[in-house]
Amino acid sequence: MRIKLEKRPEPSTLMAFATPIASVLLTMAIGVIVFDALGIKGEKAVIDIFLTPLLSSYKWQDVAVKAAPLIIIALGLSIGNRAQVWNIGAEGQYIIGALAAAGVGIAAGGAGGGIIITLMILAGILGGTFWAVFPAFLKTRLNVNEILTSLMLTYVALQVLGYLVGGPWKDPNGRNFPATAPLHADQTLPILFPSTTVHLGVAIAIVLPFVFWLIMSRSVFGFQIRVVGSAPDAARHGGFDAKQTIWLSLLIGGGMAGLAGALEFAGSLKAINLGFPSGYGFTAIIVSFLGRLNPIGCLIAGIVLAVTYVGGQVAQTTVHIPNSTAGIFQAMMLFFILASDILIRYRVRFIGSPKVSALPAAGE
Amino acid sequence: MGTDTIARLELKSITKRFPGVLANDQVSFSVLPGEIHALLGENGAGKSTLVKMIYGIMQPDGGEIRWNGERIVVPNPKAARKLGIGMVFQHFSLFEAMTVLENIALGMDAKIPARELEARIKEVMSQYGLKLEPHRIVSTLSVGERQRIEIVRALLLNPKLLIMDEPTSVLTPQEVEQLFIVLRKLASEGCSILYISHKLHEIKALCHTATILRGGKLVDTCNPSVETSRSMAEKMIGGNLKTIEKAEGRAIGREKLIVNRLNMPARSHFGVSLKDITFTVREGEIFGIAGVAGNGQNALLLALSGETLTDDPGAITVDGAQLGKLTAKQRRLAGVSSVPEERNGHAAVPEFTLADNSVLTARDRLGMVKVGLIDQKAARTYAGEVISTFAVKALGPGSTAGSLSGGNLQKYIMGREIMQNPAVLVVSQPTWGVDAGAAAAIHQALVDLAAAGSAIVVISQDLDELLSLCDTLAVINEGRLSPAMKVADADIEEIGLLMGGVHGDPAATANLHPELAHAHQA
Ligand SMILES: Nc1ncnc2c1ncn2[C@@H]1O[C@H](COP(=O)(O)OP(=O)(O)OP(=O)(O)O)[C@@H](O)[C@H]1O
Ligand SMILES: [Mg+2]
Repeated sequence: MRIKLEKRPEPSTLMAFATPIASVLLTMAIGVIVFDALGIKGEKAVIDIFLTPLLSSYKWQDVAVKAAPLIIIALGLSIGNRAQVWNIGAEGQYIIGALAAAGVGIAAGGAGGGIIITLMILAGILGGTFWAVFPAFLKTRLNVNEILTSLMLTYVALQVLGYLVGGPWKDPNGRNFPATAPLHADQTLPILFPSTTVHLGVAIAIVLPFVFWLIMSRSVFGFQIRVVGSAPDAARHGGFDAKQTIWLSLLIGGGMAGLAGALEFAGSLKAINLGFPSGYGFTAIIVSFLGRLNPIGCLIAGIVLAVTYVGGQVAQTTVHIPNSTAGIFQAMMLFFILASDILIRYRVRFIGSPKVSALPAAGE
Repeated sequence: MGTDTIARLELKSITKRFPGVLANDQVSFSVLPGEIHALLGENGAGKSTLVKMIYGIMQPDGGEIRWNGERIVVPNPKAARKLGIGMVFQHFSLFEAMTVLENIALGMDAKIPARELEARIKEVMSQYGLKLEPHRIVSTLSVGERQRIEIVRALLLNPKLLIMDEPTSVLTPQEVEQLFIVLRKLASEGCSILYISHKLHEIKALCHTATILRGGKLVDTCNPSVETSRSMAEKMIGGNLKTIEKAEGRAIGREKLIVNRLNMPARSHFGVSLKDITFTVREGEIFGIAGVAGNGQNALLLALSGETLTDDPGAITVDGAQLGKLTAKQRRLAGVSSVPEERNGHAAVPEFTLADNSVLTARDRLGMVKVGLIDQKAARTYAGEVISTFAVKALGPGSTAGSLSGGNLQKYIMGREIMQNPAVLVVSQPTWGVDAGAAAAIHQALVDLAAAGSAIVVISQDLDELLSLCDTLAVINEGRLSPAMKVADADIEEIGLLMGGVHGDPAATANLHPELAHAHQA
């Protein structure tokens, strides 16, 4: 018997749903096997990483708070990924967004309240958008690969962060660590449920996917992104400007990453130090693909990835594996989802060989 | 090899069903060794589906396939190739960013060193007179050239049965002649050929037997050499064929589209640049542009549609308005519509529904956009109108463009543009892959559009089509356009020379068929 891939007449919708789920399950299975082989209790580790955060209600708020930036960034990235514009620099845009929000907070001095918070959020969006202007400009004017420029700008953003928190914005009352002063209480995002950490950003992360879904499925802009993604020549024929698509998808990606940075800063961390960038911008790439570049998919995938973050911390204490193990699981998921993508367009056939080989060999 | 009495290929009661359509219904026939066997039928009759099953791309739902008398299952194309079945597709499967050589190498089941493969390709090409540069990138090739890759690819396998799905749709008359020499030679060497085409005069010239499908059923088998093109067409549609009605003495009005010294640099190293293209099309006039594939037809269509822009705003004017620097979207709004030669991925998005494909080019002219949102209902309604007006065989506006048969998608695309009542319509290969009945309907629609006052440019490699359809004709070669001539007093000989002179290959033009001039009236 042989295994053979056969092209499907039409892409399979069933598989579009099944493969992300299968990827998560496969990741869990491989995790059990590998950890057992390493002499760690595999089942326990996998259960702690994937299930404990869901089963114990006091972990839910952690999951929600971690999922919010992942979802918001992934929504923006999905637009670019659909249009085959590859923004790898969301992490940098996230940092600049947070810094812009911090700048507004500092400039406002002691003032706070709704208006200042709104301004901080807007500044975050603008900051992230601004950081995406460079790759967009270089791509459309000089045809420089946006993967390289956006990624390299992440490192520039890190330098900017280091400079600001270690210099002009360093907390004068702090212990001389490179960090900004904590935000005033009335400059932080409102908390949705008393005595939890669930802030306004979580609500935004739940609402935005539906807004994006409407835009992608109903608007001309969404149509444009879909056409560019499936058939660039047809997009040109239909009168959609390729450069405009590149600009818009990079700027939206940057704007969303900046928004996530501002919300994370004003909602959860409240101060920026050298540890502020925690890889959300990169993990969101996984969220985007695991969510099938679909806004609602991103919402679900963001929660799954947030679970692994929280679960990684749980496993750290229970089975004593490093926190970065979660990163391995996340990478495995991306690997499986990309590999299983082929099942949407192709189907696997198991072929009994006897009949074929019994034939008179013709040709050669 | 078996004896001559055993059929090379025999089909028994082959049945294939798609959601909502019975594409093949109990089809049985056989092909003998060395026989050139035509498969005829209207668009959507099930021809491509049938040969896809022989080549192992799809599996029949019922019936059996016999090869040299033995029952076989063809699980996939590789198994088919192993048996000695080669196929040239209606739609090509080529990687745009790779060279001709790399594409052929990818299609080979056995690994052959590049140098050896190149030598073999050159040998096959010279043996059969096919011109192709192995190191060119596919994206720079015209449709006709791309097809030659597929033909070479199939011939490299020394096939015992060669399936050709509309191989001549985009070939020039000279290329068709040369292809026929190849096919006759192959057949005389014992290779069977299963040949699908809508060009009935070709079938008459080439094929020994013809099997006719209608609505998935086998309706007739005949000997093409004793039939006329018209009698075969009528067997296909099961009724009478309409002839184009051109109102005599149509009024040709004011100058509408004026192209004045249009220049366009080549888009790539191998592309063709446009040089001083100048012509005028009047209201109600159908202007034909003839030429051998790859002489700038694509570049010209893109320049007129606005997919590439010129620096000179006055190079293109419509009713006096300068369009040279307007984008594709602005030109559509100004009344210029276009249909490029490639349906899949250029004129239409295969994965999208027909309704969405109508949004692609009709959204602005027909007001399908309201405050940035798409009016889905308007799109569905319009798609439905196109489907019924142009008799497109599709389940409805929600069918994906990719699920339509080649000719039906072409009908849809032509209908989508024509029903927008453009002031100027530029079409390339309007009836590529379209059956005789539908081709007549498309021609009629173009004539009617012209009669209503539009200016129409038809770019085609099918000289018969241009001669029967157009009022005026010019020939493009190496990016230059010849002076226009009235079709009524056009000299075939001269057109042939203009077309072929480019490649310095007078031999190719010398045998231009006189029958070509009236094949469409047949
Ligand atoms: N993958 C598919 N899914 C659904 N329907 C299909 C699919 N492929 C073909 N069909 C339908 O089957 C019928 C036969 O199609 P087929 O492509 O075999 O026609 P054809 O005779 O080759 O036509 P043409 O001359 O236009 O190429 C059509 O009604 C077509 O819409
Ligand atoms: Mg077909």
